[in-house]
Amino acid sequence: MTAHGRALRDWLGKGFVTDTQRAVELATLSGPCGNTFRNKNLLLTLPRQLDMIAALIALDGCARRVVIWPENIPPDPATEAAIRRAAEIDLTVTAWPPARQPAKGAPEPVDATEWILFTSGTTGRPKLVVHTLTTLAGHIAPPADGAGPVWASFYDVRRYGGMQVLLRALVGSGSLVLSDPDERPADFLRRAGRHEASHFLGTPSHWRRALMSEAADTIRPAYVRLSGEIVDQAILDRLRAAYPGARIVHAFASTEAGLACEVEDGLAGLPANLVTHDGPFADLELREGRLFVSSTRQALGYLDGRLLPLRGEGGFVDTGDRLVRAGSRYRFAGRDDGVINVGGQKIHPEEVELVLNAHPAVAMCAVRARRNPVTGAVVSAEIVPRDGAEMPDPSSLHAFCRAHLPAHKVPATIRIVPALDLAASGKLVRARA
Amino acid sequence: MSVRDTVQRTIAAVASEQGKTVPNLNDDLSLLDSGLDSLALAVIVARLEDELGVDPFQIESDAAFPLTIGEFVSLYEHASPMRNGASIS
Repeated sequence: MTAHGRALRDWLGKGFVTDTQRAVELATLSGPCGNTFRNKNLLLTLPRQLDMIAALIALDGCARRVVIWPENIPPDPATEAAIRRAAEIDLTVTAWPPARQPAKGAPEPVDATEWILFTSGTTGRPKLVVHTLTTLAGHIAPPADGAGPVWASFYDVRRYGGMQVLLRALVGSGSLVLSDPDERPADFLRRAGRHEASHFLGTPSHWRRALMSEAADTIRPAYVRLSGEIVDQAILDRLRAAYPGARIVHAFASTEAGLACEVEDGLAGLPANLVTHDGPFADLELREGRLFVSSTRQALGYLDGRLLPLRGEGGFVDTGDRLVRAGSRYRFAGRDDGVINVGGQKIHPEEVELVLNAHPAVAMCAVRARRNPVTGAVVSAEIVPRDGAEMPDPSSLHAFCRAHLPAHKVPATIRIVPALDLAASGKLVRARA
Repeated sequence: MSVRDTVQRTIAAVASEQGKTVPNLNDDLSLLDSGLDSLALAVIVARLEDELGVDPFQIESDAAFPLTIGEFVSLYEHASPMRNGASIS
């Protein structure tokens, strides 16, 4: 509870939700909550997204707090114990519907159920972030005619980005096609195509993989959205070429700050006039080069035994993301926690990836720190070549980088690889295992 | 190609990529006088690790950093599983 004063179960329209194995009408997911879970703090470690959705629909407005474990594999005992302590968990729920059906009873509204999400950052220990249906979905306008689109999401619903898609589908009377982490992008696109999905969402890395797949031309999206990683011009141009009829939108959001802005003009970065206190989605501010955000979509706080503030001075959340002014736009330059230090010179891997991704033979790439006895670290790059492109020779890629980057940012080594790993959040994995 | 050849070829390649003119790489040439800065040396060490499968500085982390080209080459010759004179197919 509540989006516009209603619990999640009150929003279910005529749509459906489907994964690789099942297709379920949303209306059938509206089961009673029962006394077992009423007003309890629950840790949900459900291995399938579809089960998590069913549990959230039943539990919103009934349980006091639901902690949404974002992985298919349950947490190890030490992690589970730490979560149970931090969130004062009464019960861990490992299957849905639960083996023993809870006693029925009219769901008496409780105070707004707290939805606890994990941060999806690529570095550092994940944090528990407290939302409610209001902060997550209060801004979603139900469609006037009662029928929303079919959404297809590369994201997992158990993290902020995927959760936003799920709620847009539910509150917006739409339907949702879920991807499976083990599913090939081509298989997902074909499946989404069969369900006549029109609204497609993923990270730039998801989209680079999708465009590499042989099924990229089997979908006809009306709407393509990217968020979760820095969006470069190359991926926007490739999406525009592949889907000339689609609205192509890139957005910046974080688990803590919520949606900060959307850009629809086909260009990377943000128009400088979006960084303002009167933004359409949030108030944006630059402090010491970092983006700070304030809005009603913000989380209530971090959970660590007690509710910790996530807002700093003036009620703004520090996103940690750096913005650099370039003419009439800002471009995202990366995060301080991802910096590579080459002999005291600091390099954001994203700025090197930006250059490599603009090379015509590069489909996607990952730039990492590599330990070095002379400078502490050097930049190294792994490249996935574009299908049909002539295999780029590393020395020509070095030359390309040298033409666009100062010497210390040029990768010391470049390797051609068949594929790159994405984290469950859809973000490129940069840390070395 | 011997380890010595691989090391010398890599030094020359990195120097030329970085627009540096390196004098003849004889063994007595001091690394300081070679025209290679620390970034160039860092790149050379990273490339040689890929080519030779070894980073001698990681194996002997307390080893003194070589002062001459000759010492640099011999560090790789002694650390490399592919001894001097052996050939890469």
